[in-house]
Amino acid sequence: MLDSDGEILGSSVVRTGIDLPSATQTAISDALAAAGVKDKDAEGIRIVSTGFGRKNVSRADASKTEIACHARGCYSFYPEAITVVDIGGQDSKVIRLDASGRRLHFKMNRKCAAGTGAFLEEIASRLDMSLDELNGHAAAADSETTIGSYCTVFAATEILARIRAGADLASIVRGVFSSVVNRILEMAPLEGKVVLTGGVVAHNPFLVKMIAKRVEGSVVVPPEPQLTGALGAALFARDEPRD
Amino acid sequence: MAEKKEGRIRIEAGKQMKKLMADHFYELDEAARTGKRKVAWCTSVGPAELLRGMGFLVYFPENHGAVLGATRAAMDYIPVANAAGYSPEICSYLTSDWGAFLKGETPLSKIYKGIESVPKADVLVYNTNQCRDVKDWLACYAREWKVPLIGVETYRGVGEVTGTHVEGIAYQIEELVPTLEEVSGEKLDMDRLKEAVRLSRECSELWKKVLDTAQAVPAPITFFDGTIHMGPAVVARGTQEAVDYYNLLLPELEKRVEGGVQAVPDERYRLYWEGMPIWGKLREFSTQFFELKTNVVASTYCNSWIFTALDPDDPFRSMARAYIELFIVRDDRQKEKYITKMMEDFKCDGIIFHDAKTCPNNSNSRYGMPQRLAAETGMRTLTIDGDLNDMRCVSDEQVQTQIEAFVEQLAEVTA
Repeated sequence: MLDSDGEILGSSVVRTGIDLPSATQTAISDALAAAGVKDKDAEGIRIVSTGFGRKNVSRADASKTEIACHARGCYSFYPEAITVVDIGGQDSKVIRLDASGRRLHFKMNRKCAAGTGAFLEEIASRLDMSLDELNGHAAAADSETTIGSYCTVFAATEILARIRAGADLASIVRGVFSSVVNRILEMAPLEGKVVLTGGVVAHNPFLVKMIAKRVEGSVVVPPEPQLTGALGAALFARDEPRD
Repeated sequence: MAEKKEGRIRIEAGKQMKKLMADHFYELDEAARTGKRKVAWCTSVGPAELLRGMGFLVYFPENHGAVLGATRAAMDYIPVANAAGYSPEICSYLTSDWGAFLKGETPLSKIYKGIESVPKADVLVYNTNQCRDVKDWLACYAREWKVPLIGVETYRGVGEVTGTHVEGIAYQIEELVPTLEEVSGEKLDMDRLKEAVRLSRECSELWKKVLDTAQAVPAPITFFDGTIHMGPAVVARGTQEAVDYYNLLLPELEKRVEGGVQAVPDERYRLYWEGMPIWGKLREFSTQFFELKTNVVASTYCNSWIFTALDPDDPFRSMARAYIELFIVRDDRQKEKYITKMMEDFKCDGIIFHDAKTCPNNSNSRYGMPQRLAAETGMRTLTIDGDLNDMRCVSDEQVQTQIEAFVEQLAEVTA
């Protein structure tokens, strides 16, 4: 939730689960509460929804794709020609913006989960650790086990083979991070200043370092990168007149 | 006044098309059951004119593939073919069609009462200009029915079409005649062949005029309409019925243009579709573009049934030229020139490349073409992953998000 100057007044992150209407209502109410606004006083506040399920948010005045919103959110922090890389739970995308913030091109990952948060979730589960533990292991590794497969399922099988061969756990996690980075770099050239967003980046700062080593330009992460898409949606809500 | 449905304006000529398609399938069914006439199966841009000229009824298995896809029956049958050893990576027209045959079923039964199977062929005729899979596909039936499998091996990656190309293909077409005469029991009648070529040419010209009505802004027809109304050009080229159909459809569309009738109300953006239709999702895509006030006004696919090189005075060589001038067998430079001109002629704002998982020959995004076109012409491009018939290869949410984001992008750059 933003004020008219674009200052963030409140935000909320909830798991969508299986009840989308309930989850969106909770997210909106919590964000309003964080901003000190009661739900009953929220009439007149324009809402723009984004992301998967954006069309199912009954309270939204409009919807925008996550591609538009991540671009808008990132440009608000870095108003110049940038390449936005969003590594989300279900998909990844590379968005190229010109100096005026217009989208020149975008590319989403192919249908499979490789290079997304879902890949890391699957691998964490196979390694019997929580998602939060991955970053520490990757950062602590002094070697890297190569994970070659595109496919999440085959990668998991590959990891089991590495474990049987005696590979170090931290080295395997580093290899898993490298796999995510490789999938991102295969999507499109990362030119100029690279802005990383999304939950994977928010929770795995070591991944940012790994990407920074692989690209020529500077790599930056906006504040609260998991909320960049929501910020973009709120900026659209602020700027676009009610239909 | 044309009837409106969900905001769309129905094409009145469609009723006649349904009759033409029904007559086509019933005629084939009767011929196959009674043996009164010989049935030839022919790949989409195989030598249909020759077959008609020699008195065969012609059945197009790729059309059956499209029916399997559009009715979504394909998903019942692809796994059957996969289990029988036909890879999920090969043509899903082939796997859905052959899977249906292995199960003894066809969606034609539900559409046309009384038809129980696809018509058994007396001869199977291919042109590999579409791909190698069409030959492998017909080979399934050749083994099953023990009937002749003959055809034309195409050139591929053709730059400028030369006399050598034309002579090479023409020679191969002429070489088909003895086998066809043996199967039909009749000698080739050159006058009948010339008449089939003349009718095919006339059908092509009319079909081109139909598609070209979409050069009007706003356009009176969409790509999705085109995938339906191309039926007669696909299954009946070389017949008077196909000519009659387009002589009915064309004035209806011309009248729309004159009256400013829009296929997509408040048309904001115009797109080009490169690659195969996603048959199992036609309705969803049509609706999404409709809601986005965006009209897909042109495509390589619908234009692939335009054969203006056909010349009744030189049937073999002109057939050869028509089959080798085809987009699908040309090199990337020729394809890029073609697309660039089409984008200009139809005043398109952007192009969608469909990368069809099981159809590499119709997926032109795989060797850097979108990037080259964008760099050379400033064309705005989007590539989506999908498939013609195998809906396991289509992620609805992801594709719809990409299309919506592409239209958002067009709004930004044209603002």
